[in-house]
Amino acid sequence: MSSMPTARPANTVDPKLLEILVCPVTKGPLEYDAARQELISRAAKLAYPIRDGIPIMLADEARRLD
Amino acid sequence: MASPQMPSSQVFDRPLLRARRARAAALGPATFLIDRVAEDLAERLAAVLRPFPLAVDLGTPTEALRNALATSGKIGDIVALDRAVVVPASGRLQVVADEEALPLRDGVADLVVSGLALQFVNDLPGTLVQVRRALKPDGLFIAALLGGETLTELRQALAEAEAEIEGGVSPRVAPFVDVHELGNLLQRAGFALPVTDLDRVTVRYESVLGLMLDLRRMGAANALIERRRSPLRRATLLRAGEIYLARFADADRRIRATFDIVWLSGWAPDPSQQQPLKPGSAQVRLADALGSREISAGEKAGR
Repeated sequence: MSSMPTARPANTVDPKLLEILVCPVTKGPLEYDAARQELISRAAKLAYPIRDGIPIMLADEARRLD
Repeated sequence: MASPQMPSSQVFDRPLLRARRARAAALGPATFLIDRVAEDLAERLAAVLRPFPLAVDLGTPTEALRNALATSGKIGDIVALDRAVVVPASGRLQVVADEEALPLRDGVADLVVSGLALQFVNDLPGTLVQVRRALKPDGLFIAALLGGETLTELRQALAEAEAEIEGGVSPRVAPFVDVHELGNLLQRAGFALPVTDLDRVTVRYESVLGLMLDLRRMGAANALIERRRSPLRRATLLRAGEIYLARFADADRRIRATFDIVWLSGWAPDPSQQQPLKPGSAQVRLADALGSREISAGEKAGR
């Protein structure tokens, strides 16, 4: 497999970050929605946006899930 | 009165801090303190003989600390965790988060550092506990924050001037945490081998305005929530300048400003670290180790 470390498309999150992040409110796990570029915390009912590859882990910037 | 949506224990207006930092960047930031901190951190890390595959930087306002980490040769990945989007050097990882609500899984970081950011945290004990949990066993936390007697001259001059001219005193300089208190906080947060020390920097300025401009350029202008709604009156500021000059100037009329950089470090507990022995487990008598004669209780010395 020709995996290049820099081959990650621009504006998507580095997989290394996905391994270490949890929901800042519940400290629970996050689901990665690659299509919407969101990190979803089911327990907190929040979807944290990823902007230009940077996860925005602030509850007041997250989208509420119902 | 604190605003209704903010709990009354909140001392710092964190959205305001974000705005202040952006303004500081626009003014051309004053970086002499953070550069000193970065240099110092590099020295402290040089004394630690182990690699740190994953380091997290909490809210350091410039790249200085992260650059020092990168050149130490001991660090794998560096994650910059900040309230605002900073422009990271290429290849560095970034997460926007609040130091008071860390989005980090337990036991992932080998090293957590922070330079001149944690003095603005409202719930420092809570942040320290979260940092300790984010560290791997035997992971290291090193942070520098402004504390102690920082800006004591300005605090005194402004309080006196306000009392004289406006007939009352309002908090103009943020409260700073005491060095000894920080040691206790580290211990209570569960850190092993906690250490605190103080680096006092005295900076000399032409005038109070010069000092205030530097504070703005550091993004440190007063972010107290319960500040007066009205900005500082010109007359009060001028009077504060006079008081400052009268009480805190050197012979050449330049004024002194104290910045106390408080360093704290601690390790996430690990069985490999030095542990206190159980009482009664000693193999050698203390008197033998000291080369002195043991005097049993009840026997009078010198007879």
